[in-house]
Amino acid sequence: MGLTTNSEIVVRTTAEGAAGRAPLLRIQNVAKSFGKNVVLRDISLDVAEGEFLTILGESGSGKTTLLRIIAGFETASAGELWMGEERLDRQPPYRRRVNTVFQSYALFPHLTVEQNVAYGLRVAKRPEAEIVSRVGEALEKVKMSAHAKSKPSRISGGQQQRIALARALVNRPRLLLLDEPLSALDANLRRQMQVELKSLQREVGISFIFVTHDQEEAMVMSDRIALLRSGELEQVATPREIYGRPATAYAAQFIGHTNLLKGEVRGGVVRCGLLTWPAALPDGPALFSLRPENIRLAAGNVATAGRVRVRGTVRHQAFHGATELIRVECGDGMMLVVRTPGSGGPLDAVELEFSPTDAGLVRESPERI
Amino acid sequence: MFSRAYKAAVTLPPLVWVTVFLLLPYLLMFCYSFWSVSESQTIVHSWNFANYGELLRVDVYWQTLLRSMWIAARVTIFSLVLGYPLAYFLSFYAGNKKDLLYQLVIIPLWVSYLVRAYAWKTILGSTGVLNTLLQYVHLTKHPLEFLLYSPFAVVLTLTHIYTPFAFLPIYAALEHIPRNLVEASHDLGATPGQTFWKVIFPLSIPGVVAGATFAFVLSLGDFLAPLLLGGPSGIMISNIVVSLFGAAYNWPLGAAISFCMLLLVVSLLVFSERLEKKWSFS
Amino acid sequence: MELLVSDAKLVSGSRWLFVHSAAVFAFLYLPIAVLILYSFNGEGVGGFPPHHLTLDWYRTLFADRPIWDSVLNSLEVAFAAMVISLTFGVPAALALDRAQFPGKTLFRRLVLLPLILPGIITGLSLLMLFNVMGTKLSLMTIVLGHGTALISVATTEVFAGLQKLDRAQEEASLDLGANYWQTFWRITVPNLKLPIIGAALLIFTLSMDEIAVSFFLIGRDNTLPLEIWGRLRRGITPEINAVSTIIFVFSLVAIVFWYRLRVRGESAAEGGTR
Repeated sequence: MGLTTNSEIVVRTTAEGAAGRAPLLRIQNVAKSFGKNVVLRDISLDVAEGEFLTILGESGSGKTTLLRIIAGFETASAGELWMGEERLDRQPPYRRRVNTVFQSYALFPHLTVEQNVAYGLRVAKRPEAEIVSRVGEALEKVKMSAHAKSKPSRISGGQQQRIALARALVNRPRLLLLDEPLSALDANLRRQMQVELKSLQREVGISFIFVTHDQEEAMVMSDRIALLRSGELEQVATPREIYGRPATAYAAQFIGHTNLLKGEVRGGVVRCGLLTWPAALPDGPALFSLRPENIRLAAGNVATAGRVRVRGTVRHQAFHGATELIRVECGDGMMLVVRTPGSGGPLDAVELEFSPTDAGLVRESPERI
Repeated sequence: MFSRAYKAAVTLPPLVWVTVFLLLPYLLMFCYSFWSVSESQTIVHSWNFANYGELLRVDVYWQTLLRSMWIAARVTIFSLVLGYPLAYFLSFYAGNKKDLLYQLVIIPLWVSYLVRAYAWKTILGSTGVLNTLLQYVHLTKHPLEFLLYSPFAVVLTLTHIYTPFAFLPIYAALEHIPRNLVEASHDLGATPGQTFWKVIFPLSIPGVVAGATFAFVLSLGDFLAPLLLGGPSGIMISNIVVSLFGAAYNWPLGAAISFCMLLLVVSLLVFSERLEKKWSFS
Repeated sequence: MELLVSDAKLVSGSRWLFVHSAAVFAFLYLPIAVLILYSFNGEGVGGFPPHHLTLDWYRTLFADRPIWDSVLNSLEVAFAAMVISLTFGVPAALALDRAQFPGKTLFRRLVLLPLILPGIITGLSLLMLFNVMGTKLSLMTIVLGHGTALISVATTEVFAGLQKLDRAQEEASLDLGANYWQTFWRITVPNLKLPIIGAALLIFTLSMDEIAVSFFLIGRDNTLPLEIWGRLRRGITPEINAVSTIIFVFSLVAIVFWYRLRVRGESAAEGGTR
């Protein structure tokens, strides 16, 4: 059954990802429903010490709910959370050594920047001298010392974001949760903050769980990506792995562009429309993912050895600057998307080529409600 | 996110207080309405429907109740007639003076109810401001006697007091209407009159219902304005209750009337809540 | 008055509205103007035109011990009622916003009922309670009556404030290690500062002015409205105009204070979402 294989794969990848180190956080069979509405189903996931893990998913996939369960704002309907020997899900939010950077930042409007950052230390009743020096350090680290006395409403969105980070990190949590912290920023600032955030994480060495719906952001920043779909984990792997070897059709489509080829295997040969290539697979229907950049426009009439070759008609060309996306119809209604480094102008009839090894087998992603 | 202890801590104290000082007294009122008073002026705790029977049998009780409702209905209508156009003017035409004018509507509410009723009395009396003014400018020779100690005086005073109450929810409802709806209506070719009747008024109905409920319910239960300005013909149902609890010393009968009023008010509230829901589209 | 429309029909419509509104304002302010004017009238209340403008009634008023005693009583009652209403009204708003419990709808209706119920019903039902419990009527019973009836004001104001409060504020506080108690005082209350102050002012003035409930719960000591009521029954003098004028002026100061506070609060809040 599809689902059993799925969780087997998940467990295996998890173990590989955290190789050799005891996990910092262990999420075991967590489920959550609001009334009849099932939001999360049997989630198991380990987070390693010092890891940057991204939970990636569309809106409504349950990613924020999972984060809120870890933070303690929601109670899981089933399952356990372990941090070392401690049962985390039995602790109220204020006793967890986990801090959160909120999507809206949730800076306290009635407190200054400095008082915001000091909040956690104040309620923990740390000595005032220690508070002053730690708050100073934290502001220094996010380059916001100059704004210490400002009210949050007086600083820009990007600056508010840094303060939210400083306010969380100053408490030296073992795990930092970030709920789409960059979504409110404009594109340029967002790219800049991605880099800063990543290097900050390397510097402090704290595990980050980063929630986003932006697959590009996930690829750029993460050590590992946990792809969530309709409340279930679709795949957990490094960015390279999840891009190069997507486990499912959904993962292949959600992360980057892809061509999904529905074929039939018979006697070690895949047949897919007009295309055929050899594959050591059992007989039966099979689904393949072929990335657009793995198809190239071929010159000459002779196929390169070991490559699949097909002739087609260009239906649409979209210029993207460094690359160009071309939609090619290859007979039988099959449409292939090709990414080339620039075609030089309008095209009509083309010859396409790809290597069979680039056509990766993926599982079907059944519809879920 | 809130723990059980938190929820209990915020729920239990008000729940206990409200049970002791609101629910219990209402229930007690209900109990009282079945009791009676003995010859020796003590409460007899025997249960029967005699009080409710008397309410139906004795004309003066239900007639006064009907008259009170008629007075309250007039107050409601006048408050709406005065309050609605005022709210509409403020919301749509007052421009940057809106906030100031709004405060000006509220300010009379800060003057004691009693004092304003009293002020009307000094205006309407036979030697009052209005009559002496009319004689001063030779419009009348003798004071107009119908002005004070009449249902007219009660309706006028209560309208004065409850117009701001009717105004407030109507104004709030009008303020919630997105202005681009009005522009869209004009854009689609509707005249200002059509726009008002087809777009603005329907969307303001919840406010009208709330304002009308306020004016009706609060004036129905009033007993001070009738005492002060009503005279014998302006007596309202609450005045009877007051005398039953005072000089007439028949608490059980008074409790029965009060309980009927409570039922009337609660059913009106439920009804107006339904009406508001039906007409709210957000 | 600037009219914001140019369409000829609209202008004529709004001119009619303008006249109507001016008339309503005149109607609303006529008794207040008369009240103030005749507090300076040497010839007593009524009679046109006013004669012999004088400050005598204010002099009489300042020498009038019973009035000032009743003012003091009213201030005490209003303050105590404010404390009770906030103590139970703020948690009630939190409960309505955040807790689910059986009978919640009944609880909500019950809390809010005195807001619209004629005062006579609240007053009489409490009178019966105190009678059965054998409680002697005094300022204390008035405090309990006002405090209970005005919980509705505190709850509505604070509940409206809670609807606007970003839940993440409190989550962030818990997340940073503050427990529920610390979070309530350090985050929830400061964020609800405006509704709470607004409710407090409103409760205070409503209690100062309240007469229907007090009417039935009064003991030996009068509140100001009951003192005035007693005098009205005995015959009217401009002294009552004088005391009303003074209270009106104080109310105006309170309104201006509150209005400024709100404008400042709102502009700060707008800055926050910038």
